[in-house]
Amino acid sequence: MPNSSATLLSANKLTCIREDRILFEQLDLSVAAGDIIQVEGPNGAGKTSLLRILAGLSVPYEGDVFFRNQPINQDRESFHQNLLYLGHLAGVKGEMTAQENLAFSLALSGLDKNQAEQTLSQVSLLGFEDALASHLSAGQHRRIALAQLWQSQAPIWILDEPFTAIDKLGVEKLEQLFIQHAENGGCVILTTHQDLAMPSTLYKKLTLEYRFF
Amino acid sequence: MSEQQPFMKNLSYRGAFSLVFKRDLTIALRHKDDIFNPLLFFIIVVTLFPLGIGPEPNTLARIAPGIIWVAALLSTLLSLDRLFKSDHADGSLEQLLLSPHPLFIIVLAKIVAHWCLTGLPLILVAPLLAVLLHLDENSYSALMLTLLIGTPILSFLGAIGVALTVGIKKGGVLLSLLVLPLYIPVLIFATSAIDAASMNLPYNGQLAIIGALFVGSISLAPFAVSAALKVSTN
Repeated sequence: MPNSSATLLSANKLTCIREDRILFEQLDLSVAAGDIIQVEGPNGAGKTSLLRILAGLSVPYEGDVFFRNQPINQDRESFHQNLLYLGHLAGVKGEMTAQENLAFSLALSGLDKNQAEQTLSQVSLLGFEDALASHLSAGQHRRIALAQLWQSQAPIWILDEPFTAIDKLGVEKLEQLFIQHAENGGCVILTTHQDLAMPSTLYKKLTLEYRFF
Repeated sequence: MSEQQPFMKNLSYRGAFSLVFKRDLTIALRHKDDIFNPLLFFIIVVTLFPLGIGPEPNTLARIAPGIIWVAALLSTLLSLDRLFKSDHADGSLEQLLLSPHPLFIIVLAKIVAHWCLTGLPLILVAPLLAVLLHLDENSYSALMLTLLIGTPILSFLGAIGVALTVGIKKGGVLLSLLVLPLYIPVLIFATSAIDAASMNLPYNGQLAIIGALFVGSISLAPFAVSAALKVSTN
């Protein structure tokens, strides 16, 4: 287990088994402040499973995940204060307006919910604050969820397919935000099937192979 | 970013509770079917009994406590599904699980909101339906008291079942099988309290048992629900 002080999140000999199939085994991972890690691999290779394990939503078959060298289930609350996880479902409520959705997410992570309106302009949703989310498109749903990133103070971002349904300009803006976040001492772990446009020195790739046994 | 985070001062148990509570109420008020469907079911079931059995006051008065309580129980069961299902389907349950707040406080807020939306309307219409069933006038206070203490138990115990079945596509049958046996003690003691009241007998014994169930479920169920949710989303 790496014990450098800059290590935010590390995984030790992770094994994940789904439906009698080994997705990955003995996977070691260490994410330091300033890292951007792109997890790639074909569908069904276990990208989402890996991210869910790292976020503490799933329990690995074997192995442990450490946050600042402490097992993540030892002090869940402090780990969750430092984590922002966005799954492949946006977690946006159709019955609430865009602004209410964002205000709730912000307040839930202890941030100022009055920033919601201003933050929506960052994701080009100005003018849609009072529209019920059920009237908005899939891309706009994702934007509501992603808007949290502009306010988040959590160093660890785990993002499952953040670019799904986002237009080119939006992707560019997000990548800039990731770089900025990494420079400020945070780390980003994301899955995506597209190649990142940022210079390859800025990010690392973690490739998961599809295994048949 | 590794130093003390200043934004954590905004976190408090009460803040988290009211945040989730208000959110659930807002969603339910914009989605009115969720409130009216169980309530309408309750009213329809109770009003059908006099039509089916006949308007004979003595018979109706005799079975009134049972009818009202069974209908309340089934209508709660009908409404349980939406407690975590929609949150699970759109991914917001994951966000709640990963929030920095202790899970039990969030779960508590969701269950209390569920009770306000389903239990409270039942209690409000129950006296009207009791008139329809010629319930003995001594029994009204017992009926109201048992519903007031008893319906929260239904929400709390039901939440455990929903949390366990939330990951299953068609969990409806399993939910009924899991939850209904747990409801039976409430049903027995509530109807027996109302019966005792109609005969002018003291019913504090039954009420004390329902009260104990209430305190037990309100304090323990949120933890069971939290654990069950973690298992279901695994």
